[in-house]
Amino acid sequence: MSGTRRKQEGRWAWRLTGFVTVCVYIFMFAPIVATVILSFNASMFGGFPMTGFSLQWYGKLMANEAVLAAFRTSLWIALVTALVTTAIGVTTAFALVRFEFRGKQALSTLVILPALVPETILGVGLLVLIKAVDQPRTMLLLVLGHILLAMPYVVLIAQARMIGIRRVYEEAALSLGASRVSSFREITLPLLIPAVVGGALLAFTISFDNTSASLFWRPAGVETMPTQILSMLKISISPEINALGTVMILVTVGIPLIGGLILQSLTKLRRRGEPKEDTQ
Amino acid sequence: MLVAPVLLLLIFFLVLPIAVMAGYTFFTFVTAGVETSALTTANWHEFLTDSYYSGFLVKTLRVGAITALLCGVLGYFPAYFIWATTFKHKWLLLLLLIVPFWISFTIRTFSWINILGEQGVINVALLKMGIIHEPLQMLYNEGAVILGMLHFLLPYMILNVYVSLESIDRTLISAARSMGCTSAQAFREVTLPLSLPGLAAGLLLCFVLAAGSYVTPQLLGSGRDALFGNLIYDTIMGELNWPMGATLSIVLFVVLGFFAAVYTRYMGMSQIVKGLGG
Repeated sequence: MSGTRRKQEGRWAWRLTGFVTVCVYIFMFAPIVATVILSFNASMFGGFPMTGFSLQWYGKLMANEAVLAAFRTSLWIALVTALVTTAIGVTTAFALVRFEFRGKQALSTLVILPALVPETILGVGLLVLIKAVDQPRTMLLLVLGHILLAMPYVVLIAQARMIGIRRVYEEAALSLGASRVSSFREITLPLLIPAVVGGALLAFTISFDNTSASLFWRPAGVETMPTQILSMLKISISPEINALGTVMILVTVGIPLIGGLILQSLTKLRRRGEPKEDTQ
Repeated sequence: MLVAPVLLLLIFFLVLPIAVMAGYTFFTFVTAGVETSALTTANWHEFLTDSYYSGFLVKTLRVGAITALLCGVLGYFPAYFIWATTFKHKWLLLLLLIVPFWISFTIRTFSWINILGEQGVINVALLKMGIIHEPLQMLYNEGAVILGMLHFLLPYMILNVYVSLESIDRTLISAARSMGCTSAQAFREVTLPLSLPGLAAGLLLCFVLAAGSYVTPQLLGSGRDALFGNLIYDTIMGELNWPMGATLSIVLFVVLGFFAAVYTRYMGMSQIVKGLGG
């Protein structure tokens, strides 16, 4: 008797788990879905009910010079951030995984700090520093700041992948007379490609999305996409903002998804005839 | 050699700024945007004696703690479900957790206005059904701020717990079951304790990120719901009181650092590293 009751309790617990899971997923996506739907609303006001289907807000968006300028700025910053962060991050991960040096432990802790210290603090810190040495806020500062913010993620991703690549491949190349540099280029880097692409995409989105720190660091008069959205929101929530949000979602979700798909098909093509490597 | 670029970056953009900021807390504020390097403890004195500031700190820590706990409770279920389910396309459930990270945080935050606002889904639906006659005021209060933070922090929590569940040797659970444990007992005695490191890492991460937030209170809260991050922003960008802004930043840094230090003292850094994507 008690056996079946217990079994039933287990089933109820599992159902509850499934129910909460569904609720959490709905919770996470409902507002986003509502925003996308509302961006097609014909109504003048940024809210329900839907009064008809319209693309007029997208048209308005395309004619909004401030938005377009902010979009271009963010795109450039994100591209540069992705390139530089990936280059530096992968070399750092390589050094952290393959070499022993003094202060290695300290460095690997320090490098994740930008992900843990609140952006407000990083933002103020950098501003105080350049104020102390009497320098203006420049685009270079903003980009370098974004590189700092994206660095922990790129290093962690590259590190995890690097640990999975067995050293024997590199050692084989070295013992066959390859230099350190060419063994890295010919052996390690190709095996690292998934981490490189993944890290670059993440760095891109982190930069493209960054709000709080950019509010502090941007040069006077420069708006990035998120700061532009913030200043538009100060006025009112118009359907134009919903349209803008939808475009942003398409860009930031579409790029990694397409990148991931390309990557997947590439590794599938390559897999033939390649020795099995253990990842993780 | 290889680490030179990252070292330079970390020194000039992380270590040095925080060190200079710590020094700035002792500078004298003259008037908006102007300060002298005459050393004073006035900023610290003002911070420690004026209950305006300590009130902000207490409220920020309270909101951060509530958010982290709610994340823990609500995040554990999905993490457990994804781990235990026999559903074939598990990767899809995991991908859906990662997708929000790609969507602009500002957009995810303001999208709540479309749900909770006067013309949001809930109010319009309730009005249509005749349940209410006046739109409910659900935005611009502390609840909305916590909801917004919950929304952006839940994926962190779920992934952290999931990673630590994934590292559990499943034969341990089979062993417990074959020794006569019910599934509930096996969960309580084996699965739950072994997943605690991930839960703890998630709690710390959510707490720190919530307590340091600026955008969410700005968009979903009223003036009264401003948190410490907003206070810092207003002090620096609004009042141009740099020494006080630096003092407040250092306070937040030290307080949150204290929690992180207590955590690493007992749990180490490795779990956080795993949860962040390592």
